[in-house]
Amino acid sequence: MRKAPVNKIIKFSAVDGPGNRTAIFLQGCNFNCKYCHNPETRALCIGCGLCVEKCPAGALSLGTPDPAAKKGMPGYQKVPVFDPAKCVSCDTCIHVCPNNASPRIRWMNPEEVYGEVKKQVPFIRGITVSGGECTLYPDFLTELFTLCRKDGLTCFIDSNGTYDFSTDPDLMKVTDGVMLDIKAYDPVQHRAVTDADNSMVLQNALFLAKQKKLFEVRTVVVPELFDCKHTILETGKLLASYQPIRYKIIAYRPFGVREEYRHYTGPTEEELSVFANELRALGWSDIVLI
Amino acid sequence: MRDISMDRVNCVREEILETIKSPTLTHEQKVATLANKADSLLEVLDLPEGLDELLNQPIDTQCICDLFEGHAPMRPRYIIPDYAKFLKEGSEFLQLGPAQDIYEAINNLLIFYKHVPSITNFPVYVGALDELLDPYLEEVDDATAKKLLRLFFIHMDRTILDSFSHANLGPKATRAGRLILEVERELEHAVPNITLKYDEDITPDDFAIEAVKTALRSAKPSFANHKMFRSELQDDYVIASCYNGLKYGGGSYTLCRLILGNIAKRAKNVADFKENQLPYVMDIMARYMDARIKFEVEESGFFTNNFLAKEGFIHRDRFTAMFGMVGMAEAVNILMEKEGKPYRYGHDEESAKLGVEIMEVIDAFNNAHHNPYCEVTGGHFLLHAQVGIAQDHDVSPGTRIPIGEEPEELLDHLKYCAHFHKYFPSGTGDIFPIDTTAHKNPEYILDIVKGAFRQDLRYLSFYAADSDVIRITGYLVKRSEIAKLRSGNAVLQDTTALGLGATDNGHIEERKVR
Repeated sequence: MRKAPVNKIIKFSAVDGPGNRTAIFLQGCNFNCKYCHNPETRALCIGCGLCVEKCPAGALSLGTPDPAAKKGMPGYQKVPVFDPAKCVSCDTCIHVCPNNASPRIRWMNPEEVYGEVKKQVPFIRGITVSGGECTLYPDFLTELFTLCRKDGLTCFIDSNGTYDFSTDPDLMKVTDGVMLDIKAYDPVQHRAVTDADNSMVLQNALFLAKQKKLFEVRTVVVPELFDCKHTILETGKLLASYQPIRYKIIAYRPFGVREEYRHYTGPTEEELSVFANELRALGWSDIVLI
Repeated sequence: MRDISMDRVNCVREEILETIKSPTLTHEQKVATLANKADSLLEVLDLPEGLDELLNQPIDTQCICDLFEGHAPMRPRYIIPDYAKFLKEGSEFLQLGPAQDIYEAINNLLIFYKHVPSITNFPVYVGALDELLDPYLEEVDDATAKKLLRLFFIHMDRTILDSFSHANLGPKATRAGRLILEVERELEHAVPNITLKYDEDITPDDFAIEAVKTALRSAKPSFANHKMFRSELQDDYVIASCYNGLKYGGGSYTLCRLILGNIAKRAKNVADFKENQLPYVMDIMARYMDARIKFEVEESGFFTNNFLAKEGFIHRDRFTAMFGMVGMAEAVNILMEKEGKPYRYGHDEESAKLGVEIMEVIDAFNNAHHNPYCEVTGGHFLLHAQVGIAQDHDVSPGTRIPIGEEPEELLDHLKYCAHFHKYFPSGTGDIFPIDTTAHKNPEYILDIVKGAFRQDLRYLSFYAADSDVIRITGYLVKRSEIAKLRSGNAVLQDTTALGLGATDNGHIEERKVR
């Protein structure tokens, strides 16, 4: 599969890795994080057509099937066709979607995405592919990174850690760094947060740290949902001997979160500072609180 | 000296009384204003015919503006003294010997600043402070050095009461440079303005990152494309006032500006603008500048009598003059409308192309005009994209895209600017307020600077969206000071009033945050 569903490309991003980067968001995720801030990137369109009816700008129509979509893949039968010229970015399509998908994705091959990236050279130092979960499309990543590296761009992956990186040396060879979410350290709690197991996540954390490709780990702190202190401390211990790694500790905020999960409250700044101090005691120095 | 009418005298007398009674001007601001009023009564310059109709007009029809230089210029507009010579040799006039240590160096500089005139009556250039002070700082530890620098910068901020005052750093990293950046980050002052001369092949990343961090706290330093300035003005250039590239030990006699939008209003179409209206106005402005320079050099006595010249801190033959322009955006939009074309400045290649064509006409004119006293720049003036004044209404600075009409993407904004920066050795620049997320990733800004300078942008300024100190057009003002002035209180620095005017007329606070 050479094409991947691209939800969005941010030309200049200050928040997706080191320096100025073009951030590419792929559609589809295999976690179901309760606090997901962009739930519309979670699923692929099933072609129900509801958004087409509701679009106030007439920017959507139900078109023919996408030839790149394989049989059995969601969306292979019919897909909404999106006219960017008519779109008013009101997000109605996203809000009415019963399926956490977006009709505004574009199926693009690595060359096409590279063409979009190239426009930002020399203002960017690299790209970061995020999601959704971008490692659902590993071959696409390998091809895109290979193209980008010819321009001296560094290539970062933003991942939930469910893909076994150790089995993909081709991808590792062209990847400069991975930013990995540690949603929870304890497997039971991890399941409560994401509906999925975390053994591969932790295995990846160690594997990537040993390869010196773990640029950053981060944890979204939602005190009511899991034991945040335990997660941060245990992750801190696990990776203490592989420094420098950045630990980004992110306070939960309700923006973008699905209605049914919007009741959580975030931590105070003081609570985050306590976590940071405990990480420092373990030998971490690059700690970012957001 | 020519006579003037009693009506005009009485009008000025009214203004003088108004100045004296002003509740919001400080004593120093009143004295400076009164001096300008007195000067405005003189008529000694040999003015070109047709000037009055272009110069003495309201802002919606004025085509030439002389930026308050007065009727009898008694000193050059911008003066760039040789501070290194002063520290090394002292000054007979000021009764100061060579500076022996950091204490004397700082004290001597602070004394010297009070004797460097300019259009603002304050020094528009305070030196390459890292280079000047670094050798003297060797003898003290970091804590003492920081304390001394802190006091030095507080002294400047409270006595140089005008933020058209500029220090330079770089391109090399020095201990003094690092300490100055740290101190300025903590102080969050409007004065002095600071520029980092940046060259990615000379300036180490870690030093440049310190500069970005300081810029995000205190709206300075700005970043100057060292390679570009050097290629035009050689190694001994400085950045003074807003962002003006000038020669060390020299300066600029004068700065007048074309108001391109208003010149476009006089034109029938693009051809008429380029072939008739613009050349007509440029010719009169150039001859007006010639007359001002002639008076300064031949009659004012400044270059004969002032100690700066007498003792060799400045040299008449290192002065040039700045041929300024504003309102490119309005000119292009007006001309496009007259041509019945739908293009808009800042948004398409067609508008950029017309802008570049206009720049080529201005550049060619300037290269053909000769002034005998601008030897240092080949007998020509230097083009300057002027940043605007508080009274400007529907007049965009230099070649800037109007606030509120910036392209959605910063990338497109930068690429558009890149069409124009190369024309202005004596200064241009664009300003970008930055989202606070960049505090955690200063490399983001440095990457943009590197990319921009590779694309021949000349000068970039940034400030964080939550900063108290902000860049108005080229100078810095504190938002908290604007608020004080707005509520009717006098404030220390005269540029706060300009900032208030520009905020209201120029919509400074509505710039697109990147």
